[in-house]
Amino acid sequence: MVRTSGLRMSYGDQEVLSGVDLEVHPGEVVCLLGPNGAGKTTTIEILEGFRLPSAGEVRVLGEDPATAGDAWRARVGVVLQSWRDHARWTPRRLLTQLGGYFEPFSTPERPRPYEVDHLLATVGLAEHADRKIGTLSGGQRRRLDVAVGIIGRPELLFLDEPTAGFDPQARRDFHELVHRLSDLEGTSILLTTHDLAEAEKLADRILILAHGRIVASGSADELTRQVAGTAEVRWACGPDRFVHPTDDVVGFVRRLFEEHGDRLTDLEVRRASLEDTYLAMVQRAESGRPAGPVLEEVTR
Amino acid sequence: MNPTRHAIGLGLRRGWTEFVLSLRSPQDQGFYLFTAVGTLVYLWFNRDNELEGTGLMYPTYALPSILGALVAFGVVIGPAFALAMEREDGTLLRHKALPHGMQGYVTGQLTYHSLGLLPSLLTILVPSFLLFDGLMHGGAAGWLTVAWVVVLGLLATLPLGMILGSVVPSTQKVGTWGMLPVLLLTAISGIFFPIQVMWGWVQAIAQVFPVYWIGLGLRSAFLPDSAVTVELGDSWRTGVTVLVLVTWAVLGALVTPRVLRRMARRQSGSQVQAAREATLQWVH
Repeated sequence: MVRTSGLRMSYGDQEVLSGVDLEVHPGEVVCLLGPNGAGKTTTIEILEGFRLPSAGEVRVLGEDPATAGDAWRARVGVVLQSWRDHARWTPRRLLTQLGGYFEPFSTPERPRPYEVDHLLATVGLAEHADRKIGTLSGGQRRRLDVAVGIIGRPELLFLDEPTAGFDPQARRDFHELVHRLSDLEGTSILLTTHDLAEAEKLADRILILAHGRIVASGSADELTRQVAGTAEVRWACGPDRFVHPTDDVVGFVRRLFEEHGDRLTDLEVRRASLEDTYLAMVQRAESGRPAGPVLEEVTR
Repeated sequence: MNPTRHAIGLGLRRGWTEFVLSLRSPQDQGFYLFTAVGTLVYLWFNRDNELEGTGLMYPTYALPSILGALVAFGVVIGPAFALAMEREDGTLLRHKALPHGMQGYVTGQLTYHSLGLLPSLLTILVPSFLLFDGLMHGGAAGWLTVAWVVVLGLLATLPLGMILGSVVPSTQKVGTWGMLPVLLLTAISGIFFPIQVMWGWVQAIAQVFPVYWIGLGLRSAFLPDSAVTVELGDSWRTGVTVLVLVTWAVLGALVTPRVLRRMARRQSGSQVQAAREATLQWVH
């Protein structure tokens, strides 16, 4: 669905992307994770065809987004961050108007656009369908943005920081919506976030972007296993408490029992969280050291 | 289904929707009311002034010229503001993300701002005819002239508004980049007083731009033939009026799509985001 190699982008002499290689497979939900200024938005805007890369090869649905035509546009969904546009319109009116553009691209297998009432119900805006958009809350407005992004029943959907500013309920609803889209419609999704819990929950695969390149790729579990010191063991012998990081939890705990036996009064094993992994990887990228085995994994 | 034609149809519907929503909005109603009341009050206070040597009352001379200025002002500043704002708030980007969306968007803009002329002209015309006598001397032929001058004037000036809206760096700059030049141009284009009172070189500048010619065309429709003596060369110069306005219209039709395409190419989400942050700072 998406493939880039050696993607570079610089503004003046400042390099934002220095060789990004990434892939999104059909039906996959991929999360682009990274600190602010890592180039997430730039990457996604290049894939959307809104920005020209300085160098590198980009293929989205088999075409170069920079030159792809309107038929390509009809297959791609983009969720944009709006703030005050169409304030006088109602969600129903706006979706009907914007959805109209997809009608010429409807096929029997993929009827376009979605039926507006169905879509409004899907994103939970049914009861606000006829209110002025200017009076919607921030969360409702973002749900409308999502609805606009998927109205054309896209095969591939781009979301840039979709849940920024959501309350927990809105966030959970949104996550369900993403699951539904990918499960029922087989939509491939590429989203950016800096919310780790979100990435862990949504993504089939996480890409960590730091300093203009992808420094890691894999499921949350795989990423965690890539970082040394994946677990922390805490134990107590009477009043004395100890902490020790280890890769080999089972071996370490066995030795603890052999050594202390019954004197062991407390034992706790903590797996490294995605957060630990993420911070370790970003730090490694920042220190400028080529990120060892992790980088090799990705660049293949 | 031809997607381009389909998109233009959607654009027409979009323009109509925007127009209806604008008519219903208290903000826009207030704007129409303000312009109309302002113009009428100005004409009312000058109702007993006679234009030297013509026997014409001031409102009779000034009304067609003011209508001309309103056409030019409305369709330059209106679209410039709208476009600059919709570049910043994401409306344009939404359309860029749609197949054939830009064609629909531009059609919508053209439709909306053309329709928008109706209320702004009618709110002045209707009460003027109730308040003042002897405004229209041309009869049915005069109204026909009004119609073609307004349409040509629209075609000549609307592209300027679209270009302006595409090139201004931000909405706040529309005032200095657009409003100021247009007001200056209106001031020298024989709207509030005959153009002859200006220096020769100022007259020459004014006659390059469409505003003067729209005013002249409308005066030729409303005023009696005897009033032609107030004009340059004692002539309505109808042929030249058509020529100048058509030239501007053709130039506009050639240049505007290019400017719009260039502007659309540069639109991106981060630009919208940056504009949003700039506005928030502006407000606080």
